[in-house]
Amino acid sequence: MIERTLGDMGKIHVQCVINGDEKEFLCEARESLLEVLREGLGFTGTKEGCNDGNCGACSVTLDGVLVDSCLVLAVEVQGREITTVEGLAIADGLHPLQQKFLEHASLQCGICTPGFLVASKALLDQNPDPTEHQVRHWLAGNLCRCTGYDKIVRAVLDAAETVRS
Amino acid sequence: MLSSHGEIRSFGDEKYKVVGTRPIRHDGTDKVTGRAVYGGDTRLPGMLYGQVLRSPHAHARIRSIDSSKAEALDGVKSVVTAADLPPTASDEMVDLGEGPARVKFMRDNILATDKVLYRGHAVAGVAATSPHIADEALSLIEVDYEVLPPVVTVLEAMKEGAPLIHEDLTTMELGEDTDKNSNIASHMQHTLGDVEQAMAGAHLTAEFEVHTSSVHQGYIEPQNATAFWNQDGMLTIWTSTQGAFTAQRQLGAILGVPVARIKVVPQEIGGGFGGKIPVYLEPVASLLSRQTGHPVKLIMSRADVFEATGPTPGSYIRVTMGVDSSGKLVAAEAYIAFEAGGYPGSPVFAAAMCVFACYDIPNCLVDFYDVVVNKPRSFAYRAPGSTHVAFAVEKVMDELAAKLGVDALELRIQNAATEGMRRSDGIVYPRIGCKECLEVARDHDHFKTPLEGPNRGRGVAVGYWFNIGFKSSVTASVNNDGSVNLVEGSTDIGGTRTSIAMQFAETLGLAAEDINPSVGDTSAIGYTDVTGGSRVTYATGWAAYEAAQDVKAQMLKRVAMVWEVEDDEVEFDDGVFRHKTDASKSLNFKELAAKLDDTGGPVVGNGSVDPAAGVGGSFCVNIVDLEVDPETGKVDILRFTAIQDAGKAIHPSYVEGQMQGGSVQGIGWGLNEEYFFTDEGRMANSSFLDYRIPTTLDLPMIDTVIVEVPNPGHPFGVRGVGEASIAPPPAAIACAIKNAVGAQLCVLPMRPDRILAALDEAGDRVSVAAG
Ligand code: FES
Ligand code: FES
Repeated sequence: MIERTLGDMGKIHVQCVINGDEKEFLCEARESLLEVLREGLGFTGTKEGCNDGNCGACSVTLDGVLVDSCLVLAVEVQGREITTVEGLAIADGLHPLQQKFLEHASLQCGICTPGFLVASKALLDQNPDPTEHQVRHWLAGNLCRCTGYDKIVRAVLDAAETVRS
Repeated sequence: MLSSHGEIRSFGDEKYKVVGTRPIRHDGTDKVTGRAVYGGDTRLPGMLYGQVLRSPHAHARIRSIDSSKAEALDGVKSVVTAADLPPTASDEMVDLGEGPARVKFMRDNILATDKVLYRGHAVAGVAATSPHIADEALSLIEVDYEVLPPVVTVLEAMKEGAPLIHEDLTTMELGEDTDKNSNIASHMQHTLGDVEQAMAGAHLTAEFEVHTSSVHQGYIEPQNATAFWNQDGMLTIWTSTQGAFTAQRQLGAILGVPVARIKVVPQEIGGGFGGKIPVYLEPVASLLSRQTGHPVKLIMSRADVFEATGPTPGSYIRVTMGVDSSGKLVAAEAYIAFEAGGYPGSPVFAAAMCVFACYDIPNCLVDFYDVVVNKPRSFAYRAPGSTHVAFAVEKVMDELAAKLGVDALELRIQNAATEGMRRSDGIVYPRIGCKECLEVARDHDHFKTPLEGPNRGRGVAVGYWFNIGFKSSVTASVNNDGSVNLVEGSTDIGGTRTSIAMQFAETLGLAAEDINPSVGDTSAIGYTDVTGGSRVTYATGWAAYEAAQDVKAQMLKRVAMVWEVEDDEVEFDDGVFRHKTDASKSLNFKELAAKLDDTGGPVVGNGSVDPAAGVGGSFCVNIVDLEVDPETGKVDILRFTAIQDAGKAIHPSYVEGQMQGGSVQGIGWGLNEEYFFTDEGRMANSSFLDYRIPTTLDLPMIDTVIVEVPNPGHPFGVRGVGEASIAPPPAAIACAIKNAVGAQLCVLPMRPDRILAALDEAGDRVSVAAG
């Protein structure tokens, strides 16, 4: 006898915009945005560190608001706009945050980097001149085990200066 | 504020062009754009998803496993248990490059055979068409357990009559099997001189007794593995591992397959710190793939990472040290007991080598014990064992200084380990930088700036870690535009592709940007040991230097061919081949590269090394200022300086990064990281929310000083720097807390409640002035 699974209730059709492009996909009600981005749509730049909202590796913006994509159900993004790390670079090169992360050696293993970049961009979008404390406060939801954060905080402050000028 | 370039204090006089600069890492753009492929990003056609069923009990016998309901679930393709692994003789050993390991223990840790030894111990694996279905299937597997009493702390486990974790484990006593059943896997000893006599004759002695909790490596990327066992019998594994070749050997031993039939493809890796040396999911994914004929991907949940992968051991340590009236250390004694977890093999041996490594002490006795408990099998974590012992030793040094009425840093300088000294484990030091680091600390602005304000204190401590040496391979192929493709065997966890490429470039007078470094899989490069033991920039960098020498020798022959002269008429200097006597003849590397096609074809250079272990090593000193809130017991780090000997910093930014990262891990270990175990042996805080690693908001900037005392055992004088920085912070923090509020902390972590209790004990809950 074949047991039926909870996933057998049929898939749901979702339309959204990812990094400026219209996308549509089918998902189960129980799938997170993170899962669909990574496994379904191939946006593997968004990382999974904990799958329970505690590390920030999966940070994306949803209609401009910073969220942990592991805590968003994929069905919730119907009609909404998502930006992932893959959407940060601009046509003629890297975003200043990406460039400063490289110059300051702000990544070691780099698994936290996409999350930090997306979160930092969300900060600079609303506060282009943050203090060190404001940067630390904003990024406290993003964990990095490698760097001790020093070079990350410096890169964000330096990038803010570039963005302002 | 914005510059992230720390200070460098050099004691060497070599001048380099590439070494010591700060180029952008070669893999950087892929890592800031999200394009780099990490283990968990692996996606293959027809791929299935796996999950692992884990024991809910810390200690139990498995009576039976019934997976029939799970197998019947729609979408489930396979269920595997230990019965699907080949049997292993109980005494079979495998060499993993970091010493031999018992295959039976490795195998039982992958999938439990007859007993589960910790909560989270893997029992069965499932492959299904989606991770959710695999998850549902886990709840349908019926395991009948006979629950046994757990033992979760080292001192309990060592007691006569403690529940036995392995009924057949007997104690090795100073290398001899005692045939005595016990949780003590081994008792070992190092002796130097005559401690009893020297201690009796000491002017002053101080003793300190500490307990430390299990802490986790805490890498942000969970363990993952994707396996495809092809119909021709070839097994390919894509995984985030610290050592592709070590993983290959482990897999061969556990699965009973010749390594020639296993290819391990190391994907980008999201941190390891020692925890990604052992395999966990790879054998399970392999079995599932063999049974289904599909690639199978497994990723651990964060809770599984905490509950089932190697934490560093909890420990009990007692240290006594004695000085003569001049403050010279005359004797030291340590008792060290480590929780190995479910299977023997804690890093207590390394702890015993590190315990008195920073000081010149003629008489030492170190007794050390490896003890099994019902916790996950412990594995290496950054400078394994060194942080534990530094906590005890450095507190004793502060006590001795207080009793002698001298400055604690001066006492350390007076007794610092130097070249020619014999360590308690018998090693005689070559040129090392312990004293230099301590003196740089004493002369540093941080140390010279008075710390003011109530409840504030400053602490200083020093720690040590080896460069383990070991085997590395590098292959270099010269392209006809003069660029070079460099394949190396060390997985790159923190920018080492670049530090290896820089050593290659320096040797040939090229620029870092001329080199395209990549990490090879086990079929693409020679054997290379793990990324660990602070060895990659040191040993694989050395292999790159050797590969460059090989390229140089081959290129030199080509020049001779072009000029139609003898080989020995050509010399090479700073990227240019010249005729020794005819000044009109010169060719630079790029010009010559363009001629390779016409002079015999490609030039491919090889380098492989196996440097002796124990050369040099690295010392790290911390100065920490903090403030204790006497109402809540909370500690705020106000200023932190790490000073470490890098021998020669190849890429100073990544050296600083190692120092800062290790320092912050040490701060977390010191102040709040720990496994909470219930009486039943269940970890109660297996999430990043409850097992709290430091966040941006907990920390100040971490200042660094790179000290360069060249390593005589390396072509560029490199010392590996990955680990020593984690050793001193808990000790420095404990010393600072004592100086701030008089509280004597002897248990890690130094949580607020422990600080309040220690303040009560000190009889002093009111503010005291900073000391
Ligand atoms: S994976 Fe979403 S917060 Fe960690
Ligand atoms: S760079 Fe490794 S976790 Fe941040």
